[in-house]
Amino acid sequence: MEAGSEKAVTLRGLTREYGERLALDGVDLDLGFGQTLAVLGPNGSGKSTLLRILASLLRPTSGEVTVLGCRLPDESWKLRGRVGFVGHTPLLYRDLTGRENLALQARLHGLEPELARDRIEADLAVVGMSRRADERVGSYSAGMRQRIAICRATVARPELLLLDEPDSNLDPEGREAVRGLIGPSEGVTRVLVSHEPERARAEADRVLELTPGGKVASEAVA
Amino acid sequence: MRRTLDAWQALLGKELRTEARTMRSLPAMVLFAVTTFIIFRYGLDRTQLSGSLAGGVLWTTLLFASILGINRIFVSELEEGGFDSFRLAPVASNVFFAAKAAALFIYLTVLELIVVPVFALFFLPDWAALLPLIPVLLIANLGISLLGTLISSMAVNSTSRDLLVPLILLPLIVPLMIAATGASAPLFDASGPVFDGFGGWLMVMGLYDGVFLLVGYAVFDFLLED
Repeated sequence: MEAGSEKAVTLRGLTREYGERLALDGVDLDLGFGQTLAVLGPNGSGKSTLLRILASLLRPTSGEVTVLGCRLPDESWKLRGRVGFVGHTPLLYRDLTGRENLALQARLHGLEPELARDRIEADLAVVGMSRRADERVGSYSAGMRQRIAICRATVARPELLLLDEPDSNLDPEGREAVRGLIGPSEGVTRVLVSHEPERARAEADRVLELTPGGKVASEAVA
Repeated sequence: MRRTLDAWQALLGKELRTEARTMRSLPAMVLFAVTTFIIFRYGLDRTQLSGSLAGGVLWTTLLFASILGINRIFVSELEEGGFDSFRLAPVASNVFFAAKAAALFIYLTVLELIVVPVFALFFLPDWAALLPLIPVLLIANLGISLLGTLISSMAVNSTSRDLLVPLILLPLIVPLMIAATGASAPLFDASGPVFDGFGGWLMVMGLYDGVFLLVGYAVFDFLLED
């Protein structure tokens, strides 16, 4: 836990505009360390925008954003390496193998080679990709890419997991397998965007519902 | 420092491995350069060139061939989410800049290893100029790599990047090309390599490289922002 900060995520009046269009409109939120937040809402309600702002991949137009004690965007450099992000694109290089992609991420996160090797092998086994990990990502199915993308997001064991429909493209077996990496875990704060409200509510400590245009419809303890 | 160096090596290794597997940049650069030499050879109707004409033919060809590589240096990051992936990692943006510039430097060096002998074969009476040409090529490569990486990172998000890169790069690279041609021309003298003003031109090129190294260091973090 970051000294002097009680919350993993604090938002006050968060607004994001794309030109004339409002993607998020005055979002307020508090999320404690180790909690899971489910973000629900229809297409165009700003769920993915919210996650990209929390990952410091996108600047807010206005409002206050504090993530793991770092005020964004000014202190985004302090947040680097502490957040795992699973988005709509897998953030994998198609011409590298699954294992090479994970090794690259491990090196960028400063993991010792031996630890990285052990962790990558263990994670690949968890998601059932050990045998296919030496094939190029470009040859994978969408579900296989998603499994490796989840390994990529968690290889550095981040404190905050931002999961934008992490189950997409996964079959039931795959959904179950990836829970070993992105399921509830002690000390890990999670923000989960999902189009399956019941499933998301079942995992969440808090629920944030957004309306088209990015207004908060409701914010509640699950 | 060790972590920074390791991250730089990892990113550079990714670039080189990807290029070795896909051959997206180098073959096009080599083909362009060799074709241009053939056109010059028959267009000028000369079997030997010397002085500034030889320098001009060499650097014009290398510059335009390098643009093919510069245009592509960030495309995989854009198409495969490499920018986001990098920005989530605890590595300074300058490391990314340094790795991309180093990859481009290596592409240019490999290009020259192949096409400069072709140039000599087509246009030079002997190979005496090639050895002293090496520092000119290397210092120019550094400048082209640094500036090319900067410009490419600015243009990559534009749908008109193929137009934008030469539009911004060419005016800015004129001083480097003048110095490179100035340093090369006496080496291609008909009577054999002459070193008049050679050191001065190299210093001008080194100064140019230093300026864009500092500019890249200062602004690259800003260029990676959304």
